Amino acid sequence: MNIQQNSVSENNFEQCIKCTICTVYCPVAAVNPNYPGPKQAGPDGERLRLKQPDFFDSALKYCLNCKRCEVACPSNVRIGDIIQMARIKYGPQKNTSLRNYVLANTDLVGSLATPFAPLVNTAVALKPVRFMMDKVMAIDHRRVFPKYSHGTFTSWYKRHAAAAQAAFPKQVSFFHGCYVNYNNPQLGKDLIRIMNALGYGVQLLEKEKCCGVALISNGLYKQAKRQAETNLGSIRKAVTNDGLDVITTSSTCTFTIRDEYPHLLNLQNDDVRDRIELATRYLYRLIQSGEVSWKFRDAQPLRVAYHTPCHMEKMGWAYYSIELLRMIPGVEVTVLDSQCCGIAGTYGFKKENYATSQAIGAPLFRQIEESGVDVVATDCETCKWQIEMSTSKPCLHPLSILASRLELTK
Amino acid sequence: MNNTYDVIIIGGGATGAGIARDCSLRGIKALLLERSDISTGATGRNHGLLHSGARYAVTDRESAEECIRENMILRKIASHCVEETDGLFISLPEDGLEYQSVFVEACRRAGIRADVIDPEEAKRLEPSVNPALVGAVRVPDGAVDPFRLTSSNILDAKAHGAEIRTYTEVKEFIREQNRIVGVRAYDYRAKSEETFYAQVIINAGGIWGHGIAAKAGVTVNMLPAKGALLIFGHRVNNLVLNRCRKPADADILVPGDTISLIGTTSSKIPYEEIDHMIITPEEVDILLREGEKLSPQLAYTRILRAYAGVRPLVASDDDPSGRTVSRGIVLLDHAQRDGLEGFITITGGKLMTYRLMAEWATDLVCKKIGVDERCRTAEIPLPGSAESKEETEKKIRNKPIAQRRSAIARHGDLAARMKGDDYAKNSLVCECEEVSIGEVEYAMENLSVNNLVDLRRRTRVGMGTCQGELCACRAAGLMGRKNSICAKKAKADLVSFLNERWKGMAPIAWGDTLRESEYTAWVYESVCGLSDETEKIATK
Repeated sequence: MNIQQNSVSENNFEQCIKCTICTVYCPVAAVNPNYPGPKQAGPDGERLRLKQPDFFDSALKYCLNCKRCEVACPSNVRIGDIIQMARIKYGPQKNTSLRNYVLANTDLVGSLATPFAPLVNTAVALKPVRFMMDKVMAIDHRRVFPKYSHGTFTSWYKRHAAAAQAAFPKQVSFFHGCYVNYNNPQLGKDLIRIMNALGYGVQLLEKEKCCGVALISNGLYKQAKRQAETNLGSIRKAVTNDGLDVITTSSTCTFTIRDEYPHLLNLQNDDVRDRIELATRYLYRLIQSGEVSWKFRDAQPLRVAYHTPCHMEKMGWAYYSIELLRMIPGVEVTVLDSQCCGIAGTYGFKKENYATSQAIGAPLFRQIEESGVDVVATDCETCKWQIEMSTSKPCLHPLSILASRLELTK
Repeated sequence: MNNTYDVIIIGGGATGAGIARDCSLRGIKALLLERSDISTGATGRNHGLLHSGARYAVTDRESAEECIRENMILRKIASHCVEETDGLFISLPEDGLEYQSVFVEACRRAGIRADVIDPEEAKRLEPSVNPALVGAVRVPDGAVDPFRLTSSNILDAKAHGAEIRTYTEVKEFIREQNRIVGVRAYDYRAKSEETFYAQVIINAGGIWGHGIAAKAGVTVNMLPAKGALLIFGHRVNNLVLNRCRKPADADILVPGDTISLIGTTSSKIPYEEIDHMIITPEEVDILLREGEKLSPQLAYTRILRAYAGVRPLVASDDDPSGRTVSRGIVLLDHAQRDGLEGFITITGGKLMTYRLMAEWATDLVCKKIGVDERCRTAEIPLPGSAESKEETEKKIRNKPIAQRRSAIARHGDLAARMKGDDYAKNSLVCECEEVSIGEVEYAMENLSVNNLVDLRRRTRVGMGTCQGELCACRAAGLMGRKNSICAKKAKADLVSFLNERWKGMAPIAWGDTLRESEYTAWVYESVCGLSDETEKIATK
């Protein structure tokens, strides 16, 4: 046996050759001097933590988990995963402050808020309430809260859509995610409208929980794993028993289920991973295959700027959303520089991160303002909140723009 | 006259440094002469194993007893140089369990605690251990950092009045009839020859003591035995792993600071080769093949470097053939042995017993010059080990956590003396090992640093996975600024530092280590333009 061939490192962090490109691309390191940057927090730090776990640096909480370091790395080091795993393994184990619990439990809070949406939406917009949330829960008072919808997507689906779906010749399964369910059921309706127009019925999973991304980033790993197991169970059932592909409208939900489950929660998903698809990519490929086609109602000019969410960049799929938008007659697409908007899910809601969050997004906001577009499009819900709060432009999902211009013949 | 001392110590290894400390604590005026930097010989080229003595228990009870006594002393006086990890002696199926009972019995006779533990418990304690093991014994092994240990002894010796001259080589002895009265030495930095006088001159040159003795006209028959070791990129094990069998090649895996070390091989080499050791591919193969048996994970761990040291084995005086060697301490009073007054040799022994060797040598000096002071080196903590890590940590809360803990691990309570009150001082020079600007400046001011290699021995700059890629130029910049070295000299120093790093990487240059060294070469040669400098040196 050739010992040299044998003795090649399997420890991913040892593939790092310290080129430091990751730190150059890190949105946090550029604006927050208290964050040591991905190289040090990741591969360098991992070596020290292996020596002694108490070398764990609490500054790792500043990592956004945007994975731009991994995209930049020429040595294939899973830097973002190393940092997240270190937080799971060595970080404070009882990290559930009331604030983090509330921010992380999107399912619970969403279920509680939607029945009283008008009241909740009004309340969280009031200055005294925001002041109280800032003081008591350390949720920054400048942060504009996403509105809750009055009634969930799933309840609408059961009442108004479910029955009609079986009639379509082909079927697809839809992982709607918390955002569609509690904040923006319209996006779910838009997806159903598009799929139906192409001859696809849309089914929901037997049981769906929040994908868990917010739980992971807020240190609630056990709960994240339980929810992930539930989701994988439902996805397996849809894929294996019913032969359905599972599509989602959120880039982060897609990324979490496909990549974070095996990497961070140690849940294998090889058997179904390729069947979990981002809706825009699924649609693009359907159209490209020539099996289906669509018609558009009008071709009124609309200038759209596409913002690439970090997890889209990581998956390398922004192309599909952009090309899909370009298929719409009258739509003129500008692609914004791929950079983090700064919100990173629940990160930007936290008082201690607000300044960092806005500083990271500043160049993007400037580019949006200067672009002269009518609307910004993106596949990530939290990017949308950040862009709408921090710029003068509305921000829509590409599928909402598509749906609004689609000819509905059936 | 200020070039006259009570004692001159030749050799700046652990033993020489220990003698300097012991002498100065007893009020003896000592001068230490070292031809290079401190801890450059066997002191800095071994496992860094804090032997419990268990390894010698079966074959050499005297050494085993010395080891366990010194082991317990070092835990007290050099706590910042020691990691109290404990160790396992594992039996693999191919070893069988017969040796274990002999081993445990011998350990107990030598006063070494040896607990037989269940293989399952061993796997729980040390997850990296070969899961095929059939038996394990837990012993009080540990890790000791020889650079810190030597540097600490030097610091204390200086604090008590000893004079330390590194880069000063003894060229010849000054002899009056049958007495050595002084030495003529060459100072490589000042480029001048100097003469020093003393009542007693101690040869503490380790393996080089052979040549030093020859200059004095006496014979000390050393038998150089080369031992090669490999350094792995990160800490694989947290307990020292040994094989429970008769000592053989590559059967000790020691965790030390951020890395793990496997060693050693053993081969006799001619005395002429001790300054030019080469690691052969066969040695690397042996180390990996045997190392994997202790911890299969080694097969998939990046190797950082290979290096070799020379054991200072001494042939017994009554055996001119040199076949009978001793691992024990050898103290030779050349007045008694050879009729040469004023000259003694302390050799043999191990890093573990450096303090005891120093004590023996100093006792003999005391007898010769009529000083009646007892040895206190076993009681007084070394500089850095005076207070607990927790106490020191409270004083430097403003440093980031990894940097703070790394500095304390390296310097003990002296870490509190480093400047660290602003971002600039807390900026990192070496990112792999978390060495800050404050720490480098502290080392340059207090720890006799003359060049980048010295700096590495004091701070671990350049010892991490990047092997100087990011830190060497930063450190060179700081050195240049502080010591007002001219740019030309600083560049030459940078080149020799990088070449020294490459020397250790060359024998294991494959995979990520090779990729990284290529990147380093590109940074320094193409971006920094150091290739010109390399050519200049090569043509000299």
